[in-house]
Amino acid sequence: MRFSEETLALVNKIIRRYPEGKQKSALLPVLHLAQAEFDGWLSPDVMDYVAGLLAIKPIEVYEVATFYSMYNLKPVGKCLIEVCQTGPCWLRGSDDIVHHLESKLGIKVGETTPDGMFTLKTVECLGSCGTAPMLQCGSKFHENLTTDKVDTLLENLKSTNQRTSYMR
Amino acid sequence: MPKKLLLEHIDVPSIETFETYRRHGGYASVEKALKTMTPDAVTEEVKKSGLRGRGGAGFPAGLKWSFLDRKSEKPRYLVCNADESEPGTFKDRYLMEKIPHLLIEGMITASYALGAKTSYIYIRGEYMYIVRILERAIEEAYAAGFLGQHILGTPYSLDLYVHPGAGAYICGEETALLESLEGKRGNPRLKPPFPAVAGLYAAPTVVNNVETIAAVVSIVNGGGDEYAKVGLGKSTGTKLISASGHINKPGVYEIELGLPVEEFIFSDEYCGGIWKGRKLKAVVAGGSSVPILPAHLILKTAKGEQRLMTYESLADGGFISGTMLGSGGFIVMDETACIVRNLWTFSRFYHHESCGQCSPCREGTGWMEKVLHRIEHGHGHMHDIDLLVDVAKKIEGNTICPLGDAAAWPVASAIRHFREEFEYHVKYPEKVANPKHFELEPFRSERLELSNA
Repeated sequence: MRFSEETLALVNKIIRRYPEGKQKSALLPVLHLAQAEFDGWLSPDVMDYVAGLLAIKPIEVYEVATFYSMYNLKPVGKCLIEVCQTGPCWLRGSDDIVHHLESKLGIKVGETTPDGMFTLKTVECLGSCGTAPMLQCGSKFHENLTTDKVDTLLENLKSTNQRTSYMR
Repeated sequence: MPKKLLLEHIDVPSIETFETYRRHGGYASVEKALKTMTPDAVTEEVKKSGLRGRGGAGFPAGLKWSFLDRKSEKPRYLVCNADESEPGTFKDRYLMEKIPHLLIEGMITASYALGAKTSYIYIRGEYMYIVRILERAIEEAYAAGFLGQHILGTPYSLDLYVHPGAGAYICGEETALLESLEGKRGNPRLKPPFPAVAGLYAAPTVVNNVETIAAVVSIVNGGGDEYAKVGLGKSTGTKLISASGHINKPGVYEIELGLPVEEFIFSDEYCGGIWKGRKLKAVVAGGSSVPILPAHLILKTAKGEQRLMTYESLADGGFISGTMLGSGGFIVMDETACIVRNLWTFSRFYHHESCGQCSPCREGTGWMEKVLHRIEHGHGHMHDIDLLVDVAKKIEGNTICPLGDAAAWPVASAIRHFREEFEYHVKYPEKVANPKHFELEPFRSERLELSNA
C-alpha cells in the first residue's frame, strides 16, 4: 500500500505547514487524502500506513479515525449520500427527502444498495439551513431539495459512475 | 440603507478574486496597520470598538486579545474558528465562500496585532469545497505580497494555512479545536490554562470566529470609535444573522445590532414574514443551543418592551423569559411546527456530538434523546416531562465545556414555554402517530381555550 507520488508530495507539503516535530497535526488532512485514494474508507491497513508516514503510533490514528464522523471505518458504496436531518432541515421537509431516497434506492438509512453503488446516511447539521432541505454527496452540497431534484441527482450519479469524494 | 460593514461588496461580480477585492478597497487595513500602527495600537482599536466574539459566546474580542501572553518566548498563534456547526448557523460559510479575501485580510491584520508569525484557519471538514476557495485566495495574497516574508516591505512576515476538520461539532469549542489541530480527538481541555497562555502546541494562542476576524478589517480602517457608533449600547457593530425555517426569505443578513426582532422577521428586507401565510409560533434566536421562545416573548420582553436584536435585549428576562443572541442562527417556526419533534432532533444532535469525556453530557444527552423520542412517538409518560427537566438540570454546569449547557438549555426552555404540548403528546398518542401531526392540525392550547370560553 502506497500513496501515488502526487499524493505523497501533497502529504509532505501539508506536513510542512506545522512546526518541526508537530507532524501529527497533519493527521486529519492526510486521513482525508487516504480515504479519497483508498476506496472511500479507512481500513486498518490504511490507518497503519498513515501512522508510518507521520511517524506516530497506529493507536494515535485509530483514536482519531473513530472520533470524526467523516471517516468511514467500513466500506461504503461508490456514492455516499448524506442527508441532513437536524431541526432547520427537518422544518423544511428533510424527512420527505430521506423517505424518498429510501424508497427510490430500496434501502434504509445506513445501508448500501446491493450493486454497491449507493450508501444512504443521515447526518447532523451541515450549515445549509437557509437552503434546506439539503444533502451532501462528495464535496458538493445539493440544496433546496425536492424529490425531483433528488431523482435527477441519482440519474446523474449513475451515469457518471464515479466514486464520490470530499477531495474532488 | 442599513449599515454594511462586512457584506457591502458581497454582490460585486468576481469579488472572490484578489483583483476585484483590492479594487474595492480590499487589504487597506493591512496597509494601514503594518505601515502606520504598532501591533498594540491595533489591539487598542479593537478594544475601543466594543466588538464581541461572533461565534456565540459574545466575549469582548479586544479583551481576549489583551490576555495573550506577550512575555512568553514561544511563538504566538492566531487560529480562526471556521468550524461553524451550530444548527441554524451558516453565516461564516456564506462569508468565506463569497468574499474569502475579507477573512484573509482580517487574519493578516489580526495576526500582526497579536505578533503571530504562523496562523491557521480551522474549517469544518464538510466545507471542503471552501477549503479550495480559501487556498486559492491565500495563494493570490502571497503572490501580491500580502503574505509571506516582509509583507509590503515591512519587517512583518506571516504564513497562513487552512486546516480541515473531519466532522465534529465539538471542535467549535476552542480548546477542542486546538486538540484537533494538533491531530487528536476533539476533547475539550480543562481550563485554566486558557489558550491565551497555553494554546496551540502549549504556546500563547488566540482563537477567534470568522466573523470576528472579518470585523477587524472595518475596525482598523475606520477606527474603533467609529465602529462603536454602529449598533446599540454594548452591542456594537453589525452582525450576520443566518435566518432559516418557516420564513419567506431564508438567508444570511447583515443587520445593525439594535434592529427590532419584529422588523427582522416581517420586513421584506429580511425574512419577509412567515411562509404560506401562516402564524409565527416560536423562534430559536441564536443557534440551537439557546432557549426557544414563543412568539409573544420573542417579539416583546416580559415587561412588554419591544425585543431588539442585541445581546442585552434578547437576554432580557434571563432564561425565564429571555434567550441569547448566540451565533445569530435564527430559526423560525410556524404554527404547524411540533416543538417536541424539533427538540428531539436537537437532542439527537447533541447526543451525536458529545465527545464523551464527561459523564453528565455523554449519558445525559443520550437519555434526553431517548425520552424525547418516546414522547414524540406517543409512548411517553407524564413523569417523563419532569424527568427531562431533571436530566437537563444535572448536565448543566457539570461538564468541562459548554456543550453540556448547550444540550440542556433547549430542553429546559421548550418545556418551560411549551409544557402543554409535551402533555398533549402523552395524552393523545393516536393524534401524534402521524409524524406530521401538527401540519394536519396545528396544536391548540386547551388551557387557553378554556380560559377564553
